[in-house]
Amino acid sequence: MLSIKNLHASIGDKEILKGINLEVKAGEIHAIMGPNGAGKSTLASIIAGNENYEVTEGEISLDGEDLSELAPEERAHKGVFLSFQYPVEIPGVSVTNFMRTAINETRKANGQEEMPANEMLKVIREKSELLEIDRKFLSRSLNEGFSGGEKKRNEIFQMAMLEPKLAILDETDSGLDIDALRIVANGVNKLKSDKNAIVVITHYQRLLDYIVPDFVHVLYNGKIVKSGGKELAHELEEKGYDWIKQEQEA
Amino acid sequence: MSKYTEDDLKIELETKEYEYGFYTELESETFPIGLNEDIVRAISHKKGEPQWMTDWRLEAFRAWEQMTEPEWANVHYTKPDFQAISYYSAPKAVDPNKTLDDVDPELLEMYKKLGISVDEQKMMNNVAMDIVVDSVSVATTFKKTLGEKGIIFMSISEAIKEHPELVRKYLGTVVPQKDNFYAALNSAVFSDGSFCYIPKGVRCPMELSTYFRINQAGTGQFERTLLVADEGSYVSYLEGCTAPSRDENQLHAAVVELIALDDAEIKYSTVQNWYPGNKEGKGGVYNFVTKRGICEKNAKISWTQVETGSAITWKYPSVILKGDNSTGEFYSIAVTNNFQQADTGTKMIHLGKNTKSTIISKGISAGKSQNSYRGLVRISPNADNARNFSQCDSLLMGNNCGAHTFPYIESKNPSAKIEHEATTSKIGEDQVFYCNQRGIPTEKAIALIVNGFSKDVLNKLPMEFAVEAQKLLEISLEGSVG
Repeated sequence: MLSIKNLHASIGDKEILKGINLEVKAGEIHAIMGPNGAGKSTLASIIAGNENYEVTEGEISLDGEDLSELAPEERAHKGVFLSFQYPVEIPGVSVTNFMRTAINETRKANGQEEMPANEMLKVIREKSELLEIDRKFLSRSLNEGFSGGEKKRNEIFQMAMLEPKLAILDETDSGLDIDALRIVANGVNKLKSDKNAIVVITHYQRLLDYIVPDFVHVLYNGKIVKSGGKELAHELEEKGYDWIKQEQEA
Repeated sequence: MSKYTEDDLKIELETKEYEYGFYTELESETFPIGLNEDIVRAISHKKGEPQWMTDWRLEAFRAWEQMTEPEWANVHYTKPDFQAISYYSAPKAVDPNKTLDDVDPELLEMYKKLGISVDEQKMMNNVAMDIVVDSVSVATTFKKTLGEKGIIFMSISEAIKEHPELVRKYLGTVVPQKDNFYAALNSAVFSDGSFCYIPKGVRCPMELSTYFRINQAGTGQFERTLLVADEGSYVSYLEGCTAPSRDENQLHAAVVELIALDDAEIKYSTVQNWYPGNKEGKGGVYNFVTKRGICEKNAKISWTQVETGSAITWKYPSVILKGDNSTGEFYSIAVTNNFQQADTGTKMIHLGKNTKSTIISKGISAGKSQNSYRGLVRISPNADNARNFSQCDSLLMGNNCGAHTFPYIESKNPSAKIEHEATTSKIGEDQVFYCNQRGIPTEKAIALIVNGFSKDVLNKLPMEFAVEAQKLLEISLEGSVG
């Protein structure tokens, strides 16, 4: 589904990604771990099409289609979703209104009719229950005054609403207490199918107890330096990132 | 496919024609250019006015001759040559005895382009229309329904003839002839406008609406609106404006006077979408408007405005809170793009005891425009326990525009409570990217963010206007992120 080949990217003069290779197939969950500053969030932003970064080499494709020339919204229309590490506030725009706009713009881009209001309400009800979201929450301004946990839960709620092909969860566990973590992870697991794929970006192993990855990759200094099964996450937890650093610098 | 960048957006915006920039060919009767006493007399004569009205106009004209154009506003423009304007233009097709069916088909076509077909309006909306094209009112509907309640809603020219006692009693009582340069000019040469009277205790059953248009090239339009809500009555009045695009600057100097007697309430909503000029700042309407209302005991006046058009806007809808326990409200969204300049705000003059006022102003600046809020809250010595709350928020798009606030507060009574809040923010790239990531294209994202920013004011508009206003915000700001 997602294929990244020899991806190099920089911001200004600084090269952040230095040749990433990654293959994600439908039905798989991949975890990308690594110390701060390794380039994890950069990778997520670049897949989503953030124009602050310049791709200097390599390619990203989704189901064989080159993404590099597509605008962020076009990538979204093709099923790329990014759960942001720091979701932004949009004052005066309710969660419901935002979701309705997002869904209808996506449908429009894919040549579909707008979603009828009654259907929209039904989906909103279903998905908010899935994530145990109080419906009053949905009429609040997007992310304005939300707690860290509420913001993350809202991100996964949006993922549930948009049903993406490829979901990238960037540090979704940060800011979540243990109960919220369980709810969010549970939501993600229910959304998982053999048609979609999930890339979990995390610093800690904790989230991976709930969202169990098929593959774990360690990103260090702009490169994937180690890949393995879920046991790699445990190994990292035990030995810490210094282990990787020492291996790399040795 | 290549990326749709901000630059592409800018190009699209720049090449986008003003949506309502068509021009209808009407046979018009237009006065020669220039202004002097004879022209003032001729206007009055043309309209078949009584002598007192002619004298009133002349008095205003003589005052105007002694006045100079104000320069204190934060706007810069070439002053109009008042001797190069024709002060009267009436579509020839109009005959007061004609029904809508007899109206010039071209006119009707024009309404259709504007989406305000009178027939449609008749059927769909509970809205009585008094449509003003250039200077003569050509169609009035719902008159009968209103008549049954004793409500008078007609053009001011008709009212001068049919209800001289009311017009004479109230005209110029809130905005005197000599109030300011433009008000004096308007008093001398006003062409037409609306008159509305709501009798005691009557709740006007429908939103009253007037669409103003400037149609004839080079014709200044001088509207005069007088709205009187008698004791205990209620009325909601909507005013929407669009104008065809023109290269010469068109002068518009309107006067609106509102009178809310004891326990009466007036809601006055405006959507202003006159031609703002092109992207180089050429052309566009000069909008110099004086709007003011007076509240007697327990009365309430609410001004709500969405200002997206005009090259220059100079406008301060105000309320004189004369009666005890009266309330004044001002809700405003002002959008400027390209080279537009707006200097707008309100004055709340607290004279009575326990008077309350609320000001919510949202300024949105894009392109190379300048957007100023100018407000005055004055608490007079007798206005015990007066309260005011003001909130002025500015949203900036790009690095070449400006937002300014000039809030003046004068309190001469120690029991007054005055609160003022202000914020300035910028649409962030991160906000736009967040929306993009959810599948929302940049233009739509801007519209969403701007609508969110303006929500407090949009919510104050009557439903049918709120939708139009939202659309206008989108049109005005398309592609202006930088």
